[in-house]
This record gives sequence, structure tokens and C-alpha cells, in this order.
Amino acid sequence: MARVVVDVMPKPEILDPQGQAVARALPRLGFDGVSDVRQGKHFELEVDDSVDDETLAKIAEGFLSNPVVEDFVVRRVAS
Amino acid sequence: MRIGAVTFPGTLDDSDTLRAIKASGADAVALWHGDADLKQVDAVVLPGGFSYGDYLRAGAIARFAPVMGEIVDAARKGMPVLGICNGFQVLCEAGLLPGALLRNAGLHFVCRDQWLKVENNTSAWTTRYDTGAEIIVPIKNMDGRYTADKSTVDELEGEGRVVFRYTGGNPNGSLGDIAGVSDATGRIVGLMPHPEHAIDALTGPSDDGLGMFLSVLDSVVAA
Amino acid sequence: MIDTVDNAKGTPDQDQPYRELGLKDDEYARIREILGRRPTDAELAMYSVMWSEHCSYKSSKVHWKHWSANTTPEMKAKMLAGIGENAGVVDIGDGWAVTFKLESHNHPSYVEPYQGAATGVGGIVRDIMAMGARPLAVMDPLRFGAPDHPDTRRVLSGIVSGVGGYGNCLGLPNIGGEVVFDPSYQGNPLVNALCVGAMRAEDLHLAHASGTGNKVILFGARTGLDGIGGVSVLASETFSGDEGGTGRKKLPAVQVGDPFTEKVLIECCLELFAEGIVVGIQDLGGAGLSCATSELASAGDGGMHVELDRVPLRATGMTPAEILSSESQERMCAVVRPSDVDAFMRVCAKWDVIATEIGEVTEGDRLVITWHGETVVDVPPRTVAHEGPMYERPIERPADQDSLQAAGPESLARPSTPDDLRAEILRMAASPNLASRQWVTEQYDRYVRGGTVLAQPSDSGMIRVDEETGRGVALATDCNGRFVRLDPYVGTQLALAEAYRNVAVTGATPLAVTNCLNFGSPEDPAVMWQFEQAVRGLAEGCKELGIPVTGGNVSFYNQTGSTAILPTPVVGVLGVIDDVRRRIPTGIGAEAGETLLLLGETRDEFGGSEWAHEVHGHLGGLPPRVDLAREKLLGEILVAGSRDGMISAAHDLSDGGLAQTLVETCLIGEVGARVFLDPDQDPFVQLFSESAGRVLVAVPRSEELRFTEMCTARGLPWRRTGVVDPESGTLEIQGVGELPLPELREAWEGTLPALFG
Repeated sequence: MARVVVDVMPKPEILDPQGQAVARALPRLGFDGVSDVRQGKHFELEVDDSVDDETLAKIAEGFLSNPVVEDFVVRRVAS
Repeated sequence: MRIGAVTFPGTLDDSDTLRAIKASGADAVALWHGDADLKQVDAVVLPGGFSYGDYLRAGAIARFAPVMGEIVDAARKGMPVLGICNGFQVLCEAGLLPGALLRNAGLHFVCRDQWLKVENNTSAWTTRYDTGAEIIVPIKNMDGRYTADKSTVDELEGEGRVVFRYTGGNPNGSLGDIAGVSDATGRIVGLMPHPEHAIDALTGPSDDGLGMFLSVLDSVVAA
Repeated sequence: MIDTVDNAKGTPDQDQPYRELGLKDDEYARIREILGRRPTDAELAMYSVMWSEHCSYKSSKVHWKHWSANTTPEMKAKMLAGIGENAGVVDIGDGWAVTFKLESHNHPSYVEPYQGAATGVGGIVRDIMAMGARPLAVMDPLRFGAPDHPDTRRVLSGIVSGVGGYGNCLGLPNIGGEVVFDPSYQGNPLVNALCVGAMRAEDLHLAHASGTGNKVILFGARTGLDGIGGVSVLASETFSGDEGGTGRKKLPAVQVGDPFTEKVLIECCLELFAEGIVVGIQDLGGAGLSCATSELASAGDGGMHVELDRVPLRATGMTPAEILSSESQERMCAVVRPSDVDAFMRVCAKWDVIATEIGEVTEGDRLVITWHGETVVDVPPRTVAHEGPMYERPIERPADQDSLQAAGPESLARPSTPDDLRAEILRMAASPNLASRQWVTEQYDRYVRGGTVLAQPSDSGMIRVDEETGRGVALATDCNGRFVRLDPYVGTQLALAEAYRNVAVTGATPLAVTNCLNFGSPEDPAVMWQFEQAVRGLAEGCKELGIPVTGGNVSFYNQTGSTAILPTPVVGVLGVIDDVRRRIPTGIGAEAGETLLLLGETRDEFGGSEWAHEVHGHLGGLPPRVDLAREKLLGEILVAGSRDGMISAAHDLSDGGLAQTLVETCLIGEVGARVFLDPDQDPFVQLFSESAGRVLVAVPRSEELRFTEMCTARGLPWRRTGVVDPESGTLEIQGVGELPLPELREAWEGTLPALFG
């Protein structure tokens, strides 16, 4: 068994209303100096050893992310 | 009698709430999120909507608005506050009510006419109902699934602070079919369904919601 | 390096990627002729996007003569603004003006269903705001592929969530629409979005840039790389996109909507209108700033100068061509007197809306756009916005039209025994096209703003406009693409007739028409024949009914390979009701002892019917006969009946015929009924025929004589067909059997959740 982390983020050129809403709120709360916020999704998958990187990429690209508007990064982390 | 309704950016049911307040016979006072001024109101309603787009979490940004500081202070001194839908979420985020509202169990927005049971008619917002009365009121939300830790729920149930319960089907997977709760004093109430959309049978399923706005008139007079 | 006008003059022979941008050789040559030189990159981007099919209507414009030829002065008298404005505006009385429009967002919704549908809603709402109106409600006529096709789930779930996600957050009630399945829409779902808004008649704002020295203000969201090249994709046969002529990597032709920003923008606009500080206003939709600046400038009385480097950006390194083509959502452009700019900025600041002065109205007749002081666009704006190419595409009746019409439904096996008829009623009630739409409409907020009087599953949506008087409007959209395929002229008139009837059945008086004409490729002569027939059918039908077409939208290239969708001219009818309290509901049982009357005539008409489609997979023959004079009479009787309190419920007969109307009217009213069929006519025909011009009404027994005498006196056929039975909980049809409501409900409500839930 291994833990795999998939981070899915809106592509840089795609509007991210969620991140923008947070970024706009920060100065009102007295937190200055944060120039941009982008909000994405973080998945943690417990996978057995038979699942290869290619399969993980397929899961990330075809299911966890929407390749039209999102990028993803797959990382294996120590379990 | 003056009752205020707060408009945050992204609030949607503010005009409907003001209409319902007027229908109850009170003066309806529009309050603005950016003004730390309650304009001498006797009670406040936080209406539904998607304040600030609800992008971080429902209600999470609105709780920091200047008007909220005033509302929290006044509420601690006993001013009745009603949070409807997004307003309920704001009250939970602000710590005035316990628990949190999560994404509906069905993962869809749900808009339907919902039967509710009035579990407690001693809160500031429910005296016009009989305990056990069943009322029909629209519900419409994406994040309406009430949750809280077990000790909190036990406390709410034990103290009669579950004010409304879904009946005839739970629309969103709320714990214990909880639709609305109150604080310990019974003056702060939050619920997911929309009483302001049930003030006449022309534009809503019933006029069952009007009772909440009428109740608070009694409670303010009595206080 | 930025391609300036000076540079263009100095490099006349530079190769330009006009073909990749969708321009034809002769179109490019015409641009060079207009400018007297080669266009700059920015100009090329503007012309290519504005001369695309989607923006220029170059294949359809030639047929618009049918609208003007069929609009009488009496019809025109109700219109405060018509075709050519952002949306049509009609006078509904008491000083109120109502504006409404339908628009397509088909291709983007196939590529990215959620965002495609969401931005479709956002776009049509801004169109309504650009007329100076407060948006009141939205509706969404949708078409999907086969319900059991694996991709339909992805497309339908995404589109429905997108319509809901955007509209719910925006705070506009969704009061109706359509969900239709047909395999022809498999690779081409149709997302048509309608918005209706209201204003005091004197507050009508038109998109004009008038008054030299007035300032041009861009406000709303920042401009990013959204949907660059998207507009070309919308109306081109491939999804290849383009590169904006700048060598940037290929960008997705997808725009992401931010309904929160749009909600704030609505409130901000309404406050600006209320303060009277807007001279002209235009929304930024497809073609973004290219469209807004050229349309504002060409509609005004002068020229315009825009400093493009002032536009607030979301992405770094954007070129002028990219900024001009960006389809970033939630943006508006206003023309404001210099003395009002401060007030304008104050209102925007209150709502946290970014507003930037980007230019001004100038003397002369040129649209000049500069980039850090250098001129990158210098064009006559009308040549961009209105004087694009116009094609008279070849037209030819499809080769298979005769054989299609000859293969009628007469030979299809019909149920005849009571048991078979009963089973057929249940099967039809559960069929994907007739089953309850609740699974979809429950995802839409229909209550917000507190003016919704009727919404799905009623025949029309109805919204109260004036809280004091109760004056309101009713809206319905309809189209049976199978009828249109069998006979586009008659089929389109049937769509008009059904929408008209659906409005009248609520007690409202039909007033005006909009449309969204969804067709295959205009380069296919058979498709253009369908299109021409449909436009003529609609225009001539409207003349007969005496209600004007106030606007519309055309979506071509809805086809996969050489197979076009069913021709789908969606027709929207708007009606007015002086007091929404007298609306006629759909469900029976409001009063004890109601009589059910069937108005109109039933003929053996099954060509293109839901029964032939669902049971036999058959499409052939001729569609039902259309009689618009009869529809008009029917409408007048319904309105008169509503006014005099003679009708307690009414529901039109359309897809699925009388059987389906009975099922729905009982389930919605939650009461049973006893129905007596005509012993002189085949029960199957009576139950399932889709003859037009029919309505089932429930009248209180005390009004029955008065109502039927009115029908007889005015020559409207009627038949006493049953009674409401509040006790039985059963729909009992004599000669067929009993259908308990729980069994009917399970059939009707179970289908969509089972397919998509």
C-alpha cells in the first residue's frame, strides 16, 4: 500500500473565482501582502503496489481533474 | 417595531425578507454589510444567498463584515437574530450557533416545498406556532446538511434547542433531521428552509412562514 | 513586437493567418479594401471574430426579410425595441416595459458542460441588463442525446448543474424550460438560455455611444485569456480553436463563469440606472471588447478612442489582439458624461466592482484603439459590427423529404385492448421525454425574488412584475424537432402554436415572440432549406397571430460529420396578465365537483408523435395540422374564462396527447378523475393523438353551462370528457381501466432519477 497525493489546480489562464474571493477578503481582515490566491483540490489515495504511475496519471487526468480547465500533479508519498 | 435585514455582496433573499417583515406589520430596515450600524432595529434577520460567492465555505467571509460585529454584540445582549439558509451558515461560522452546514448528501442543489415540524415554540421566532405543528416552507440550498459533534447534538436535543425538524423526508442528510436550532437563550435561531418565501399562497406553498416574523414582534414587546 | 497601423502600412505583404481565424480569401480581401492596407493583428482579430457566423449572422441575415415583411403596424406598436438591439422590448401596460431574449450556448456546453451552460445563463442575463432592465427570471430549453447513451449522463449532469450553479448563485428564479432527448443531439446538445427583465418604459437604455467627450468605462471582472478564439469555434465546424495570431500556446475555448461577480454587477448596474448616469451601455459577450467597442461606436453619433493598455488584466503579457478577443465573463461597458464619472465610480466602489475609464467618444466616425500611445486599430466601426459579409447560401429541399413524408405512421401496430391501452399510458408516462422533470428543476431555485407565480411543471412560467397591481408576464418555450424535420414550415408553426397555447392556458394574453434557431451546417443546402422554411413559417405564423418577433438568435453547425441535428427552432412566447392572482393553475382539484372539458378537435395524427418515437422508433409522415386562427380563438376563450373566474385549472395537450395531459393534471393536482371517451372514436386515437389546438380545462360545475355556451357561441368545439374525483385517488378511464395515482406517480417520477440520479 502507498499513499498517493493528487493536487488539482485551475489552469493559470482560467478564472478562479474561489481564489479571488479569498484574496479580496484578506486585506479586509487585516492581512496585507498576499497578492494572489488560487484554490484547488487535494486528493489522498491509498493504492496498492499493483497500481502503476501510468494508471495514476489516467485517474488524475480522466477523473479527478477536468483537463479542459485544470492541471494536476501526482505524488507518491511515504505511507 | 423595526426589524432589519442585512445585505452582503451576494445576498439574494434580502428583498424577500424585507417583504416578509413588512407583511408581519413591522418596519423593514435594510442593513448594509459594510456599515457598522444597526439603525436602531429591534431584531435582525440574516437572509439567504451566497455571500461573497460562498467560495471559501458558506458564510465564512461574511462573518467578518463590519455589520457582523454589531450584530454579535447586540445578540449577546439579547437582541433576537434569525439566520435563514446562508444566514444560518453565517451564524454558525460566527459562533453564535453551534454546528456547521455541509454539502447536501445528494450533492445537488435542492429546491422543494418541505414539511417541517416545529419542535419548540418558546424561541423568540416560534411563539406563534404550536409545538408539534407541521408547516410547509420552501427549502433551496447546496450546503444544508446540518452537523455537529455528538455532545453538541445531545445538548441541543436535551435542552430543546432543535427548533425545527424535517418531516416527510430529509432533503439533505442533516443529522437527526435537524432543520433549525437556537442558542441557549432561544433568541438566536438559524434554519435552512426559507420562511420568507412562505408568506402567501400566490408566490409560495403556503403562508406558514409568516409566523416566524410575527413571533418576534411578540418577543420584542415582551422583552 | 506589437503590430501597429504604421507597421501594417510599412509591411503590406506580410503573411497573415486569416484562414486559421476562419476568414475566407474574399473576406480578407474585403478587409484590405475597407482599410486601404493590410489589417493589423488586432484588427484582424476584431474582423475575424465579428465576421464569424455567430456574430455576423452572415448565412441567416438574408432571410430576415421575412420578419419585416410580416410585421404589421399594429404588431410594431407594442414594440419599444426590436431586432438589432441587445434584446426586444415590449410594452405590457401601466408604464412597464418587458425585455426578453433566447440565446444558444450549444458548442461550449458540449466541450465543458458545466461552464458552457453557466456562462450561457450569465451571457443572456447581461443582454437583458444592457437594455436597462432588472433581470427577473431565467428559463432553459435543453436538448440531449439518447437517454441511455453513456455520454448523455456527463453532458446532462454538467449542464443542469451549470444552469443551477450559476442561476441559483445569481439570484434569479428559473421558471421553466424544456428537457428533450433525441439521438440526433448526441454530439450536439442544445443549451438555449432565456432571460426576461422589466423596467419602467422611460428607463429603456440602448447601446449607443453618443456625445463627443463622453467617457467609455469598462466595469466588472478583469480581462483574462478566457475563450480566446472561442467565438470562432462556436460557429465553425471544428473545435480546433486558433491562436489569436500571436504564437501563444493553444488555449482552451472555455470561459469560466463567476456568478457572484455577476450578481454584484447586476446590483451595481441597477443602481447606476437608477441614478440616471448611463448614456449608453453594452454587455461584453462573445467577441468581448471587439464587439462592445465596435457596436457602441457604430450605434452612436461619433467615433471612439479606446486606450487598450488601460484595461485591467488578469493574465500577464496579453497582446492587444488577445485583449480585444477575450471572452472573460461578467464585464460591461458604459458611456458616461464626464461630469458623471465620479458618481459612476462611487457606485462601482460601493459594490466592489472594478471600473476603468478606457476611452472616450470622439468626433468623426473612426474607432481608434491605441496601445501605449501607438495606434493598433483604426477602422470604420460599422464595417466591423454591421457590414460584415452576407451570403445567400444555396437552398435545396432534402432528397429524402418525400420518402420521409411518405413513410407515415399508419402501419404502426396500435394497442387496442383495455389492458394494452392501460399499459401504453404507463409506458408513455415513464418515457424519458414525458416523464417528470422534477429531478432537473429541483436543482433550480424557483422562489428567489418572491415573484414566481407559476414554474415547472406548469405549461408556462409566470412572474409578477408589479407588486402593487399584480401585473405580470407568462413565458413558454417550445419546439418539437421531429415535427420540424417532417415539415419545417408547419413544424415551426406548431412550435409557435404550442408556446402560444402554453401562455394562454395560464390566463395570460400572448404578446411577443423570440426564438433560437438551432440548425445544422448552413453550407448544406438541405439544412438551409429547413432554415428558410422555418423562418418563413414563424414569420407568417406570427403575422396570423398578430404578435411580433422581437428578436432571436441563430445557431448553425449543430452537426456531427454530415449528420445534422433535428432542425430545432425553439420559439419563446411572452404573454401579459393584468393580475397574476387570476392565473390558471395546471393541477385539477382546487374546487370540489369540477367538470373536465376537452377543447378542440382530435384527429388521427401520429406523424412525429411521441408515441411513434417512443414505442416504434418511427419518424415519418406529416406533422399534425396547424390552425393558427383556431389557436387564437382558443387563447381568447381561455383568457376570457380566466377573467370571469370560469376556469379552475387548465393544461394543454401536446407531446403524448390526452393520456399524458390527464396523467399530469391528476398528479400535479393530487386528485383522481373519471374520464369518458367518445364512443364514436377510436380510444387509442383519443388518448395518444397529438392534434394541435387542444386544451383540457377544469371548470366548476356552477360555471359549466356558461363556459360551454361561450365556446359554442364562438365556434370552438368542446366535449365534456370527465369529472374530478377527489375521493378515488385514481385516474379512471372508461373502457381502459383504473390507474391508481401512486402507480402513475412511480412511473412518471421514477425515470430521470433512475437514469441520472
